Amino acid sequence: MPKLTIDGVEIEVAPGTSVLQACEQLGIEVPRFCYHERLSVPANCRMCLVEVERMPKPAASCALPVGEGMVVKTNTPNVHKARKGVMEFLLINHPLDCPICDQGGECDLQDQAVSYGYDRSRFEENKRTVSDKYMGPLIKTFMTRCIQCTRCIRFVDEIAGVPALGGLARGEHLEITPALEAGVNSEMSGNLVDVCPVGALTSKPYSFNARPWELRKTESIDVMDAVGSNIRIDARGGEVLRVLPRLNEDVNEEWISDKTRYAIDGLKRQRLDRPYVRGADGKLKPATWVEAFAAIKAKVAGVDGSKIAGVAGDLVDVESTVALKDLLNALGSQNLDCRQDGASFDASNRAGYIFNSGIAGIENADVVLLIGTNPRWEAPLVNSRIRKTYLTGKLKKVAVVGQNIDLTYPTEWLGNAGSVLTDLANGTHAFAETLRNAKNPLIILGAGALRRGDGPAVQAAVRKLAETVGAVREDWNGFNVLHLAAGRVGALDAGFLPGPGGRDLGGILSGAQKGEIEVVYLLGADEIEADRFGNAFVIYQGHHGDRGAHRADVILPGAAYTEKNATYVNTEGRVQQARLAAFPLGEAREDWKILRALSAELGQTLPYDTLAQLRQRMVALNPVFGVLDRLVPSAWGPFGTEGAVADAHFTSPVENFYMTDPISRASQTMADCTEAFLKPALAAAAAE
Amino acid sequence: MSAAHSHGPAVAEPTSFEFTAENIELAKRIIAKYPEGRQQSAVMPLLDLAQRQCGGWLPKVAIDYVAHYLDMAPIRALEVASFYTMYNLKPVGKHFVQVCTTTPCWLRGSDEVLHVCEKKLGIKAGQTTPDGQFTVIEVECLGACVNAPMMQIGDDFYEDLTAETTEKILDALARGEKPATGPQNGRIRACASGGPTTLIESAIKAGVKPAGQA
Repeated sequence: MPKLTIDGVEIEVAPGTSVLQACEQLGIEVPRFCYHERLSVPANCRMCLVEVERMPKPAASCALPVGEGMVVKTNTPNVHKARKGVMEFLLINHPLDCPICDQGGECDLQDQAVSYGYDRSRFEENKRTVSDKYMGPLIKTFMTRCIQCTRCIRFVDEIAGVPALGGLARGEHLEITPALEAGVNSEMSGNLVDVCPVGALTSKPYSFNARPWELRKTESIDVMDAVGSNIRIDARGGEVLRVLPRLNEDVNEEWISDKTRYAIDGLKRQRLDRPYVRGADGKLKPATWVEAFAAIKAKVAGVDGSKIAGVAGDLVDVESTVALKDLLNALGSQNLDCRQDGASFDASNRAGYIFNSGIAGIENADVVLLIGTNPRWEAPLVNSRIRKTYLTGKLKKVAVVGQNIDLTYPTEWLGNAGSVLTDLANGTHAFAETLRNAKNPLIILGAGALRRGDGPAVQAAVRKLAETVGAVREDWNGFNVLHLAAGRVGALDAGFLPGPGGRDLGGILSGAQKGEIEVVYLLGADEIEADRFGNAFVIYQGHHGDRGAHRADVILPGAAYTEKNATYVNTEGRVQQARLAAFPLGEAREDWKILRALSAELGQTLPYDTLAQLRQRMVALNPVFGVLDRLVPSAWGPFGTEGAVADAHFTSPVENFYMTDPISRASQTMADCTEAFLKPALAAAAAE
Repeated sequence: MSAAHSHGPAVAEPTSFEFTAENIELAKRIIAKYPEGRQQSAVMPLLDLAQRQCGGWLPKVAIDYVAHYLDMAPIRALEVASFYTMYNLKPVGKHFVQVCTTTPCWLRGSDEVLHVCEKKLGIKAGQTTPDGQFTVIEVECLGACVNAPMMQIGDDFYEDLTAETTEKILDALARGEKPATGPQNGRIRACASGGPTTLIESAIKAGVKPAGQA
């Protein structure tokens, strides 16, 4: 452990630490542009110069490893002069267009120019100009502003795993150029806007919309996939203008997927802002809350509890799920299911349906087996974590049972038939040996693999495999289920499942067809085909006029994830709280409040009047809801039903990364991405 | 893009490229020089090989081919090809004339050399003759300052040039001959221009007149 002195303070750091990192540990700020802690170090901006004793010239601290007895000075006139010189050179070719630049107010160059810039320019020649590049529908370029830090090149190359950008020509002529005309085709490309220290790469949908100081910033949780990325929602008035990532090393590090960042314009379209009731003529008509509740009461009053059912959708929060469960139970119904995708699996043991190792746990794995999942589309941040581990060299092998697709790291394709899994579980497959020899084998079971009807058997086979190869030990649990829906694990934890004698989704749908189910309550459930409800009376509570609302007889307008204080549980089983960033639209209300009000109307008043009381009820229902943000390991135990795994192919259920839920389906930006990135790929695949 | 990348006649961009059998052999030998798994280090010699095969320039398909050949992203090979001025990204003439105009050559009369080239061939620096025989460009120092002024044609250096010798060289090339390379004023390689001033005895033995002797 080398010891060094920085500005007179002695510090001991791990070998291999750079001087810049050592400075940071002491809280000394060192300006930088090209250095990014998660990317490789090119040391080409020269802004982080420091003085080191016995070195003839100022040194770039980002690329200088600490040495024993080093004496570093970061605050001498010489250092200041050197940095001022670097800044002057950087500004030579940087346009003075901050007033019309979207980065203004949150620009590294602007900020650092305040500390190190001269107040006037000595440069009298012409500045260089660079033609703008097309980088797709998400990223707007203004390449004259580029200071050639190459962060974007390194980001797409190293983190996103798509070598789509390069620096062409050299010196004064260097231009950052996309490799393909189609732009940067990556589900992580939005992060380029964050890594760019200047206004060269900015967000296209957000362009010329707002200044950072006008925005109200709310720290919240994303619901576009089951990762539960930590986000910051920036809103002005009642309008959500953008979503940015928030640092959480255990979940999303400092990245978010493009859907998380850009689907928010879907929050402005197709919204339900008032209740609707289907009239006698079969058309939905605007109604008041009183009328809507009256219509529900009129229908539900005479119906036996066993003829009432509830289905929770993909984006539901735990609060409303618990409230609906309590309400339906009070009405005498046990017909509840939160698996609107028709998945069947054993949810009796929590370890059987969560991502036990945790997302950060991927970094300890040395062999990974993916079953029926395409993490690149289902959870881009899980995929980037696998890629990160692969790049460190710790991850020796990734094998795939399912579609053979490019996941941005090398994979071994074992096949996609169900029999491969059977062979693996029986230990007769060659790869089972590789898993057995691994130190920390990790298995990721995709949600798509549980949708095939033989879910419990698949679950049991994977459990058997995990147990036999040593993936489940005291200190390591490599059995992971990767969910797609942000609301799923929370609803499973809340027990939004068929009660004793209750029907599951299949039972509810067939019951509705036969007339045995007369009332169906859809809580944000949009992925079920409308004609499968027969003649049942459908109540839809949600925020978008999507499939569920089209079929509904009564529509109750709820709040989207940016519009309520709500709890979500991600695929790891991490309980996190989203916060209200903008109020629900029009007459829409927070979902649990709607259910609470409806319960009073139906004479089954729920025993909670405040969010705090409801959260107490949640903790009473399942103690996991009481531990926020932290992972609590789940006890291992038997789950699944031993049985034959069907030989059908494992596939990922996500056909279009950009459109998976009512919000992203309503988003124009996501439609543009589909058009720009997915259509050409599909056309190319069809041509082959 | 620098000047070296923006000249050339209207030659259609080829639609495919593959190494010839001999070049594949060469490429294998080049790659074998680097450790296993580090084959990407061979990108520069392979790009050069491709450029020679394409007649002095690198079409996009050739760059992509080399990238795939070395299992690297095409953009990485394009970065290399666009960085180094010795790769031509636009077609060049059969005789690629690079006239050095950096200070030492300039002081010794490179302006005249360049002027002769332009006048003789009827083109400006950076252009190619309509018959596709000659391309003339100005370049920075080629490292032969001792024999300034100089120009490089293809792989060969022509040094100690004057207007007359430059013209002669261009004429010879136009006739399809290959003029003698090196100094054009009778000087032996980079010896002092008036003859050797040291190691005089060995010089005499070798039949070279030392400096100051008639």
